[in-house]
Amino acid sequence: MPNKDTIVDVPTVNKIARLSRLDIPEVNKENLTNDLNNILGFVAQLDEVDTSNVEPLASVTGHKLPLRSDDVNDGNIEDLVLKNAPESSSGFFVVPKVIE
Amino acid sequence: MNDTSTLKPGHIQGETGIWEMVIGLEIHAQISSKSKLFSGASASFGSEANRNVSLVDAAMPGMLPVINEFCVEQAVKTGLALNAKINNVSVFDRKNYFYADLPQGYQISQFTKPIVGEGEIIVDLDDGEQTTIGIERLHLEQDAGKSLHDQHPTKSYIDLNRTGVALMEIVSKPDIRSPQEAGAYVKKIRSILRYIGACDGNMEEGSLRADCNVSVRKSGEEFGTRCEIKNLNSIRFIIQAIQSEAERQVDILEEGGTIDQETRLFDTSTGETRSMRSKEDAHDYRYFPDPDLLPLEFTESWVQDIKEKLPELPDSLKKRLVKDFGITSYDASILVEEKDYVDFYQQAANGRDGKLTANWMITELFGALKKDNLSFSESPITSENLGELISLISNGTISGKIAKEVFSEMMKSKKSPSEIVKEKGLEQVSDDSEILKLIDQVISDNQDKVNEYLSGKDKLFGFFVGQVMKLSQGKANPGVVNKLLKEKLK
Repeated sequence: MPNKDTIVDVPTVNKIARLSRLDIPEVNKENLTNDLNNILGFVAQLDEVDTSNVEPLASVTGHKLPLRSDDVNDGNIEDLVLKNAPESSSGFFVVPKVIE
Repeated sequence: MNDTSTLKPGHIQGETGIWEMVIGLEIHAQISSKSKLFSGASASFGSEANRNVSLVDAAMPGMLPVINEFCVEQAVKTGLALNAKINNVSVFDRKNYFYADLPQGYQISQFTKPIVGEGEIIVDLDDGEQTTIGIERLHLEQDAGKSLHDQHPTKSYIDLNRTGVALMEIVSKPDIRSPQEAGAYVKKIRSILRYIGACDGNMEEGSLRADCNVSVRKSGEEFGTRCEIKNLNSIRFIIQAIQSEAERQVDILEEGGTIDQETRLFDTSTGETRSMRSKEDAHDYRYFPDPDLLPLEFTESWVQDIKEKLPELPDSLKKRLVKDFGITSYDASILVEEKDYVDFYQQAANGRDGKLTANWMITELFGALKKDNLSFSESPITSENLGELISLISNGTISGKIAKEVFSEMMKSKKSPSEIVKEKGLEQVSDDSEILKLIDQVISDNQDKVNEYLSGKDKLFGFFVGQVMKLSQGKANPGVVNKLLKEKLK
């Protein structure tokens, strides 16, 4: 377990920002790193509990995953789907070119 | 430098010795459901852009995914058909990445706890040999949308119809050792999926596609660094891509270089693989359990119910064909490749000579369809008509040679063989007196040859048989001709 004060550093923040496509101004990075370390450090207190014999808990409600039958009862709403798109054409979303 | 004539498939002759390929496949099979994995929008192919999109698929805020029971059943069914461990509890995870045709910003997939665990299948190779390929896992996941890059110089067009369609990803163990084995493995998986109806296996429409992991090593050494070739949609391309990628790796290694683990694309026009734009952090998907979905749980008795309803699978069907119809294991493996072939064969061969039927179906019918560029379902010859032709041969109405003539007429006119035989007067002549007439004529026309024969030139016997057959326009029963000629020429 790393020291809880230095769980993330600035290079880690840079990496997370890039993966999340977030543009974080250089001046904010130091503060953000501190904030993240504080949050993660707080949560890291949970590591003090021995959970080696405890199954991961998926839900506290006791509900099971509901299943639906294989029926087509949605779709045909392309106008609605495209309504918020900044640009569309003949039913397609139109975005800046993303070809590799 | 590659003397392929003496090399085993999957081996590459380099300057430093023989290299061996190590191959693992990830097959993406689209489940044959009517609606999507987590929404009620249609999963059909070829609709107007964005017609089959619900607000769930478009990833509108506040929408919740609800899983399709039919898709779960198909995954379990496939797992059972792959002799694999079924996990009665599995978990859905978010695989995070950004791409224009993935509105959620993540794909719902299964990472640490897939619905199906380890299994294995038997794969039939072209030389009649069999090999066992291990299955690592099978999991359920969503397909992504489609991007069109050729509609506009600076824009991409996005269609989300495919977004959220249910896929099964079937991951093999790195047990495959040649491109041919890889092809045979995909064929077998496709055949199993079609038998159980979990996927239509249509590679042209993208219902079945494969990513190939390829590395090379010297025999007995550790696995080398692998490259992944993405999104191959035909068995021919899979075979070509693996061969060319393995050769590329051998060239690099023999020049003292190292292989970069990367994702590559197969260029069908050059027949070579090329690197995809190097994606920094591309494999940092930051998987975590999807908080919108509880673990998927089902009971053992539900699994047992599915198991009992499984249809007969290719391997067991193959054994039964060999036993019931007395055909070779190789012929049987061709016939069980497609459910349609077996059904046709069983109808045609029912109560008839199984071997003869298999020969006519595999050699003549498949050959003729290929020549005329027809698919099996477009065959002008029905199973009833092929069966009837077999009966006409077996009961001596027509000879094998005439049968070929009748067969090509059947391909052209779709008429029944007995109709054709009647119309053209092709019945075999087995009547002794009629054949004797022909023999007498041949003897009187060829008196000189008869004398030569009688004075010891035995080889001429074939000549007389040929002449009689010719005179009968191929209709004389060759067995009877032989017998009577021998008596006559004593």
